[in-house]
Amino acid sequence: MIAAKTSSLLLDVKNVTVTFGGLNAVDGARLALEDNQLLGFIGPNGAGKTTLMRAIIGMLTPSSGQIILDGQDISSRRLVDRINLGMALAQQIIKPLKDMTLLDNVALAAGSGKLLSPIKAMIHRSRQHEQDIAHGLLTEVGLADAIYKYPAELPLGFLKRLEVARALARQPKVLLLDEPLAGLSIKEAEDMADLIMGLPCKGRGVILIEHNLSQVRRICKTLYVQNNGRPLAFGATEDVLEKREVQMAYLGKSE
Amino acid sequence: MAYEMIVLTNMLIAILFAQSLNLITGFCGQVSLGHAAFLGIGAYTSAMLTKAGWPLAATFIPAMVVAGMIGVIVGAASLRVRHDFLAITTMGVSFLFTGIIRKQDMLGGEMGIAGIPAAYGGRVGLLLMTLCLTILFITIMIYVKRSWMGFVFESIAEDEDTAGVLGIDVRRFKLFAFVLGTAGAGLAGALYAHQVRFIGPDSFGFVESVTVLSMVIVGGIGSIWGVTIAAALLSVMPQFFQVIDDYKLLVYGLLLFFAMRFLPDGLGGLAKRFRQKRNPDRSPERSQA
Repeated sequence: MIAAKTSSLLLDVKNVTVTFGGLNAVDGARLALEDNQLLGFIGPNGAGKTTLMRAIIGMLTPSSGQIILDGQDISSRRLVDRINLGMALAQQIIKPLKDMTLLDNVALAAGSGKLLSPIKAMIHRSRQHEQDIAHGLLTEVGLADAIYKYPAELPLGFLKRLEVARALARQPKVLLLDEPLAGLSIKEAEDMADLIMGLPCKGRGVILIEHNLSQVRRICKTLYVQNNGRPLAFGATEDVLEKREVQMAYLGKSE
Repeated sequence: MAYEMIVLTNMLIAILFAQSLNLITGFCGQVSLGHAAFLGIGAYTSAMLTKAGWPLAATFIPAMVVAGMIGVIVGAASLRVRHDFLAITTMGVSFLFTGIIRKQDMLGGEMGIAGIPAAYGGRVGLLLMTLCLTILFITIMIYVKRSWMGFVFESIAEDEDTAGVLGIDVRRFKLFAFVLGTAGAGLAGALYAHQVRFIGPDSFGFVESVTVLSMVIVGGIGSIWGVTIAAALLSVMPQFFQVIDDYKLLVYGLLLFFAMRFLPDGLGGLAKRFRQKRNPDRSPERSQA
């Protein structure tokens, strides 16, 4: 953090503010994600977590602040550019493409250049290479048996995994996961958390928005807490959870 | 024979025109209620050129280029709007086109352009040319559907926002669909002008846009064969039954309503469900081969 040049900083969010009609949904958010790190991002409902995620990936335009991806200022770039520079988002409300098999859902996301250039898309027909990648990723998230199924045939737990596999198909440097455990059973959540724990690697950091505090505590070494759109704490998980203001805001403890 | 040839040529032009909209609305999911304007742009471009002495075949490219260029402009202006708003914006294009043509003396104004020269080879020549171009366009459509472009279009048609999150340059692909589709309409327009040999602003009005949209909807959004059959039937019917011609807008309006209410995926979807019923365990990985 001190010597930014030499550190392995993948994502640096500096004083990002997002305003909706005069209301600051996110107010001066600051966080940093390092290579091979799993950063937990918590905060009570309405804290502006999803809004900040959307601002980071470019679905929303912040009114001020900077977003630096791997040393490059991407604050003014569009969503599609940011994704192609190495970001991916698994959304809280899962959005599978329902007319495609799981394999094709993931293969599409693995299409890289063919997703940017209509000419390239027109001259390429074979999906074999992308389907091979997709098969590997779906196996990695535990969906190897369901690759030829359509999303409508599968329960939420499977689709949450699909959402993660699809984000991974982008080979992101920065992977944003928005409540991947929400709606899952205890066992499913535990399995998913195990899966997430293995996602950070060399060249990839992961930010995990999650309400399931016991799992976050188990798998994340670093936490960022936001409350009412403002950054409340950032640091080692145990230290952050000890803080009185975090307990008051997030856990509702008064003493 | 002459009459049958006229009917057949009209039918093929309708198929070509409907497929060009199928690319925009069916493949890429962008509803257009102003597609007849691009048929008109192609028709006027081609008619002006053949009247100036060009052979018909040489006007195909200019007709496609002019229609495609205006298609890009309309497409770019429509990028911000979706669904119902897109339908209304494109409807505006249709009225704008007839409104502008009416005031242009150079383009015949209200009177239109008469005395458009016959195609080389007369009716037979035009029929053969139309047949070849329609088959060519359908071949391109089949190819596009199976290529990565069709794959990407499918995702945009289903959910633009998700397509964007997956890293797809949605704007570029939408514009490309507009270019291809409007250029196709321009080509159909060039053929149409030399089929009827008289064109006026009313040949390309809102009714024609609704007609072609109902061909695509009744045929089944995105289904190449469904749209071909629907376009063939719906173009021929008014020529055989005077009643349908008299109440065209009513008939097409009702067809649109019934298709959307009872057969949202059109003839193509009906055929697909029928096939699946007969072969329930057809594995999905085969279906896209």
